Amino acid sequence: MRTRLTDDEEAVRDVFAGFFGNESAIEVVRGAEPGGHDHDLWTKLVATGAPGMAVPAGAGGGGATLRDLAVVVDVWGSHLAPVPLVEHAVAARLLHTLDAPANLLDPVIAGDRIATVALRDPVDGSARLVPAGAVAEVVLARVGDDIVARESAPPGTGPRNTGDLPLADRDLRGAEVIGPARKWTRALDEWRALMAVAHVGLARAALRLGVDYVSTRIQFDVPIGTFQAVKHGLADASTRLEGAHLLAHRAVWALDTGRPDATRLAGMALLFSAETARFVTDRSLQYHGGYGFAEEYDIQLYHRRASSWLLQLGEPGLEYARLADAEFGPTDGRRIA
Amino acid sequence: MDFSFPPEVEEFRAEVREFLAEHLTDEMIDATHDGTIHAPALHAAMAERGWLAGPVPEELGGGGRGALASVVLNEELQLARAPIDAMAVSIVVASILLEHGSEHLKTTVVPRLLDGTALGCFGYTEPESGSDVAAARTRAVRDGDEWVINGAKMWTTLAHIADYVILLTRTDPDVAKHEGLTFFLVPLDTPGIEIRPVPTMAVERSNATFYDDVRITDEWRVGEVDGGWTVMKTALKYERGIAGGQFPSPPVIDAAVDWARTHQRADGSRPIDDPTVREKLMRALIDVEVCRGFAYHTAALAEDGVMFGVEGSMTKLFASERYKQHCRWFQDLMGVEGLLTHHNPDAHLGGRIEEHLRHSPVTTIYGGTSEISRNLIAEGHLGLPRAR
Ligand SMILES: Cc1cc2nc3c(=O)[nH]c(=O)nc-3n(C[C@H](O)[C@H](O)[C@H](O)COP(=O)(O)OP(=O)(O)OC[C@H]3O[C@@H](n4cnc5c(N)ncnc54)[C@H](O)[C@@H]3O)c2cc1C
Repeated sequence: MRTRLTDDEEAVRDVFAGFFGNESAIEVVRGAEPGGHDHDLWTKLVATGAPGMAVPAGAGGGGATLRDLAVVVDVWGSHLAPVPLVEHAVAARLLHTLDAPANLLDPVIAGDRIATVALRDPVDGSARLVPAGAVAEVVLARVGDDIVARESAPPGTGPRNTGDLPLADRDLRGAEVIGPARKWTRALDEWRALMAVAHVGLARAALRLGVDYVSTRIQFDVPIGTFQAVKHGLADASTRLEGAHLLAHRAVWALDTGRPDATRLAGMALLFSAETARFVTDRSLQYHGGYGFAEEYDIQLYHRRASSWLLQLGEPGLEYARLADAEFGPTDGRRIA
Repeated sequence: MDFSFPPEVEEFRAEVREFLAEHLTDEMIDATHDGTIHAPALHAAMAERGWLAGPVPEELGGGGRGALASVVLNEELQLARAPIDAMAVSIVVASILLEHGSEHLKTTVVPRLLDGTALGCFGYTEPESGSDVAAARTRAVRDGDEWVINGAKMWTTLAHIADYVILLTRTDPDVAKHEGLTFFLVPLDTPGIEIRPVPTMAVERSNATFYDDVRITDEWRVGEVDGGWTVMKTALKYERGIAGGQFPSPPVIDAAVDWARTHQRADGSRPIDDPTVREKLMRALIDVEVCRGFAYHTAALAEDGVMFGVEGSMTKLFASERYKQHCRWFQDLMGVEGLLTHHNPDAHLGGRIEEHLRHSPVTTIYGGTSEISRNLIAEGHLGLPRAR
């Protein structure tokens, strides 16, 4: 049992804290709005090997574990870095698992072509508001009993949205079948667990903004962090954050080591971490007072992403329903996929 | 990171489960309806296996089973609804004595606490001091080789069945409040002690205890004279580490699932098919997994020799606050049937959810209130300015 980062994981974290700290400062995040993608940053990230790091070395990846990738994703989330790391990494791992042809697989592992997963199944050949859909050249999706891949030029931009995410509709007609649908669940679980970790990173940074602000803002002649109402809100935020951190990394560990409860933990971790990120950003923004609502202050950037990331998967209510089906059996014989 | 337990701890978990299946009976659980959360036969059987000494560090003369095994024991006991308050308190008292007690206490009292033949209880809170525990006024005055104790304690839970109370007293009223405190272990059959019951809104009973010229010799002192605050910190450390409270919710959730599956509503539907009910059940189960993360983390830190601090407060805060919410949700789920108490033969599962709902308010109060936990987290962990 090791509930803290190992020395190796700490080394990974430090490297990427340095990378994102230098290359994805908050001005870069702002500069990438509203499209939510910075291609220069992606190119630099590719140079670190992160996009394909969790693909086996024999296939040209970095040979890292899902746990190592999660450490990077944690830092990525805390910087709101405008590059589609999670979707791409999940797609790369899925392509590798499916033994996809080299001309499809290799450029994705290398990061030369951005890939993504259509988290919600396409309808009549069209996938709606795909995460990273505005920038991905390769879109993977589940269609009936198959997993398909569609290679096509991305639109570059998509509709404006709360979190300034690179969402876009994608036409998947003519996509190539690359594997059986039963492998899809694992990819979604990986997305859930990694995004749970990303929410934890986001929440940690947002809590830091709140703590820093209330330690310096003076009202009634004292730092507002002296007031118990403020303290207690942040203490609750900190407690949930710690709980989310432990659950999210436990879910990643469970997937990484093939535990039987991995799917359950991944779903739970995502819901709890997303709720935590929303709670933490709500408290931090609140304790900024009016400035929290101002475009100029960074907390709003975190608040809007905390509102958005989970919804890329669909209605949270359906996620609870899915977990409940596995836990209690389907309702009245109906089953939610 | 690695959240797996070593094989010997997994084996120990299996052993605990087997033990509970054999020894923990419904009668034992129901016997707590007299207000005392203690099952003597279970306590004795656990002592016989060395499980009371298990959580006590080896270097202090305990079983040295390690923090991971302790958390597993705690988890299984709580999931099974075992009445273990007296056990948990006695282990904490033994641990305090091993860390700060005299040779006399270590050799005469500790073995009895750990072999199950004696029970301890906590005497910190007073009528006028609770959260501000260092404001205790119960006086201890030296008289030759003896100490004379006068005062009153409130909420001395288990005193009516315990053999010893670990008592926080004031030995110097003229210095800052944290600096004039001294601890004693007082045998509860010492002349001058009176124990009066304090009934509560739930099944549990507590006590008010009164000390009228109670005389004990210096060998019953615990820690330095006027060094009581150091002992208090040890006491709180062990209370948060050993005494459990990380898994209050599972028995309530189990009962709610059972109700949801078996109850038929007037329209013929079952609650288990209702999406709003399913979402609440899932939320509660997610909270339990969060508690598991906290519990395992705290244990893993202790096992690595990293003394946890704020983690204990976070665990207690989260687990107890969510537990209150779960009790509320699931009593509501049962509608008017949820109101029936254990006195009623046809109350669902013996009125379990009702009993938990009544019990739940105390969990965010005793052992340090939620507000005190939040203060500790905000000031100790987030570094926000102190108000006091
Ligand atoms: C059933 C039961 C069993 C117990 N068993 C024991 C036992 O065995 N031994 C023992 O010694 N004690 C025991 N206690 C006592 C328990 O530890 C205290 O009740 C608890 O510490 C709170 O103290 P208090 O009740 O005096 O409340 P107070 O300290 O008066 O608090 C009242 C309210 O004010 C809030 N408050 C107080 N100070 C602050 C602050 N600084 N910031 C913000 N809010 C604050 C509290 O959070 C609380 O909401 C027991 C209590 C109960 C109810």
